Amino acid sequence: MAIGAAAAVLVAGCSGSSSGSGSKPANVSSANQPKNPTLVITANDIAGGKNSNEATWIQQTLIPDFVKSEAAKGITAHVTFRPNGVDDNSYKSKLALDLQSGTGDDVFALDGIWVGEFADAGYLKPLTAVAGPQVDSWDGWSQISQSVQALGEYQGQRYGVPNGTDARVIFYNKKLFAQAGLPADWQPTSWQDVYDAAAKLKALPGVTPVQWDGGVPMGEATTIQGFLPLLAGAGGTLWSNGKWIQAGAAFKAALGFYQKIYGGGFGDPVLQEDAKGRDKSFTEFAANKIGIYAESDYMWRSVVNPKGGTAPMADRDTAVGYALIPTEAPGSGVKGQSFVSYSGGSDWSINPKTKYPQAAWDFLAFLNSKAETESRIGGAALITARTDVNQEVLAGDPMLKFATEKALPVTNFRPSQAAYNDVSNLVQKAVADVVGGKSPADAAAAYEKALEALVGASDVAPGP
Amino acid sequence: MARATSPRVPEDPAGLGRARAAGIAAPALLVVAAFLVFPALWTLYLGTTNYRLTGFAARHPRSVGLQNYTNVLQDPDFRHSLWLTFEYAILSAVIGQAVLGFTIAWLLRDATGWFKRLIEALVLLAWILPSSVVAFLWVAMLDRDAGTLNALLDTPGTAWAIEHPMAVIIVFNIWRGTAFSMLLYSAALTGVPPSQLATARMFGASSWQQLRDVVFPHIRGHILTNLLLISLWTFNDFTPYQITAGGPNGKSEILPVYIYQTALFDGQMGLGAAISLLMLVINLVVALVYLRLLRERRQDRVAV
Repeated sequence: MAIGAAAAVLVAGCSGSSSGSGSKPANVSSANQPKNPTLVITANDIAGGKNSNEATWIQQTLIPDFVKSEAAKGITAHVTFRPNGVDDNSYKSKLALDLQSGTGDDVFALDGIWVGEFADAGYLKPLTAVAGPQVDSWDGWSQISQSVQALGEYQGQRYGVPNGTDARVIFYNKKLFAQAGLPADWQPTSWQDVYDAAAKLKALPGVTPVQWDGGVPMGEATTIQGFLPLLAGAGGTLWSNGKWIQAGAAFKAALGFYQKIYGGGFGDPVLQEDAKGRDKSFTEFAANKIGIYAESDYMWRSVVNPKGGTAPMADRDTAVGYALIPTEAPGSGVKGQSFVSYSGGSDWSINPKTKYPQAAWDFLAFLNSKAETESRIGGAALITARTDVNQEVLAGDPMLKFATEKALPVTNFRPSQAAYNDVSNLVQKAVADVVGGKSPADAAAAYEKALEALVGASDVAPGP
Repeated sequence: MARATSPRVPEDPAGLGRARAAGIAAPALLVVAAFLVFPALWTLYLGTTNYRLTGFAARHPRSVGLQNYTNVLQDPDFRHSLWLTFEYAILSAVIGQAVLGFTIAWLLRDATGWFKRLIEALVLLAWILPSSVVAFLWVAMLDRDAGTLNALLDTPGTAWAIEHPMAVIIVFNIWRGTAFSMLLYSAALTGVPPSQLATARMFGASSWQQLRDVVFPHIRGHILTNLLLISLWTFNDFTPYQITAGGPNGKSEILPVYIYQTALFDGQMGLGAAISLLMLVINLVVALVYLRLLRERRQDRVAV
C-alpha cells in the first residue's frame, strides 16, 4: 500500500494542474500520465430511486462532460458509474468492505462523518498524498467556506472534496395546519409551542401530529435529524474540549421531548420501529398524514420535490411550510441561542489504491467546478459547497434560501471523531428505548455506561 | 475383535506406496485446508482481537485475549438473542415444520393423481422461491397500511411484523420449510410395510396406535435425520432479517442477525467472530446430541 501511495505521488507530481472550470485544456506535460485512464465512480445514488436526480446527472451530464474535457487534453478517459440505492449504513458497510479488500472503486462519495474512521483504518489517505501537490493549488478551495471544508477534513488534513452541506429545519403541512386552526406562517419559539400545535393537530382524524426521528432503524437520521437539535436546544453537545460528554440534564431533557411526543400520543412509535420507517414516514408526509416533521432540506429537494422526488408532492411550494427548530425555551440553546440546526454533508474522495490518481483528482476537481456544480443544480436545487454557486442559484428556491440564510448561521456540526459513529449508535439505542417506553433517566444511565465502555472513562467528562 | 476374525489388513491396499497415496490425497486436503480449516482458525484468531471494520483497530488490531467472550457472555442482549434463537428453532422447525410436514405426508400417503401433485407443488413452491423474493412478498402481505393480511382479517392498522415479530418469523419459517420435511417423510412412509399396517388395522388399532406402534419405529431414523437438518438450518437462518431486521428494539434479533448487526452494522469484526465461534460450538453440541440418538437407534436394531 505504501509503495502504491509513493508511486501515486510520483505520478501525480509530474503532471500539470487541473483546471477549476474544467473547460480550458490544462497544461498536461507529463509523459507519465496514462493516456487511457479507466475510472469507476460510485455513490449511494440510483436513477429512479435514492438521489435519482444526482444519479441521472452523473451519468448523463457529468461523465460525458468530463470525458470531453479530458479529450481536449489528449486523454481518453473511460468513466463508469456504479449506482447504489440502499440505506446509508449498508452503503457504508459495503464501501468499507470494498476498500478493505482492495477492490474499492476509484472515486466514491462518503458521508463527512465517516472520514475519521476511514482514515484511521487506512482506507483513505490525505488527497495530496494520493494525487500530489496540485490538490492544494486547486482554485476551487477558495470558494468553499472553512466550515464546509471541515466536512472533508480529519486532523487538519484534506481527505475529500465536500459536495455541499445541508441544514435541519421543521417542515409542516400547511393544509393540516389550516384545518387545525394553526397559522400558515408558523414559527415555534419553544418545545412547548411544538406540543401545543401537536395537541391541536391530534384532533384531526387519521393524522399523526409529529414525526421526530427516534428509532434504531432510522440510523443516523435519528441522531442528526432528531436528537442532536434537541440536545443543542437544551444547551448540550455530545463532545466538547476533547472529551465525550456525560448524559447530563440536557441529554435527559432531549430524551424527555421524545417521551412527550411518543408517550403523549403525538407521534407514531410503530413508524419509528419499522425497518422501513423512514421511507414510510416520507410517504405519509407527502400524503398529508403527518403535520410536523423535523428533517434536513433533503426532504424539500429530494423527497417531496414534484420533480424527481421519492415521494413527490405536486403542490409542495404552497403546501409545505418550514420553520427553524426552536430551543427548549428562548435562549436555552448552545451559545445562548434561541434556534438551532445541525448540518452535515458528504464528500467525494479517491481510493488510495486507484491506478489513476491523477485522473481521479481531475475528476474531483471537474465535478466540483463552478460549471458542473451549476449543471447539477439544474436538476435539483441544493446547498452546494461553493459560495459562488450558492449566491447565484439559491435565490431561486425560497426554502434553500431560508436554510442558507436563517438555519446555517445557527447550525452545528457533528464531532469529526473516529468514535462518533459508535457514539451515534448508542444515542440511537437510548432514543429508541424512550420511544419504546423506557424513562429518560434509565435510558440516559444506560447510555452513560455504554459510552464509558466504548471510549474509556478517562475520555468522558461531565457537561450541561 | 475385528482383528481376531478378519484377515490381516495389508499396509498398502491400493498398491500406490505411501508417497503417491499422499500425493493423490494432497489436493483434496489442500482444498479442505484452504476453505474450511483456515477460515475456522482465522475466526478463532479474530475472536481474540478488537478488530473492526473501520477506524484505528481496522489497521492495527490488538489482541484482547478472551475479553470478547467474557463481554459477550455477560451481555444481556446476547443472552436474549440466544434465547430467541432457541425459541425460533424449536417452535418453527422442531415442532412446526416437522409436525406439519409429517401431517401432510401422512394425509397424502394414499392420495394419487393431480390432487397430490397440486398440494405438493404448492408446498414446494414456498421452498424453491428465492428467499429475498419470498421475504418481499411477506413484507407486503404484513404491511400495516396496505397489507393483504389486514384486509383479510379486517384488522386495519395492525403492524404485524412490529407488534408480533417472533410469531411472524416463526410462522414464516414453518410455511417456508415444511416442504423438506414433507418430502422426506413421504419417502420414508413408502418404506413402511403395508402388510404390517393392514395387520394392525385388522386387530382394530386406532390411527394413533398405528402411527405409534408401526409407523414411527420404522421411520425413526428419518425423523432424527430430518430434525438434525432442519434444526441446524433454522438455527443459522438469516432470512428473518429480511422481514423484521431483528426489530423492533431487538425483539426478533436471533443470533445470525445479532452477529450481522455486531460485525457489519456496528463494524465490530473481532466481537462478531467471537460470537460466531460460540454459535459454531452450539451447533456442534446440537449435532452431537442428534447423532448420538441416531447411533443408539442403530444399536437397537442390531440388538433386535
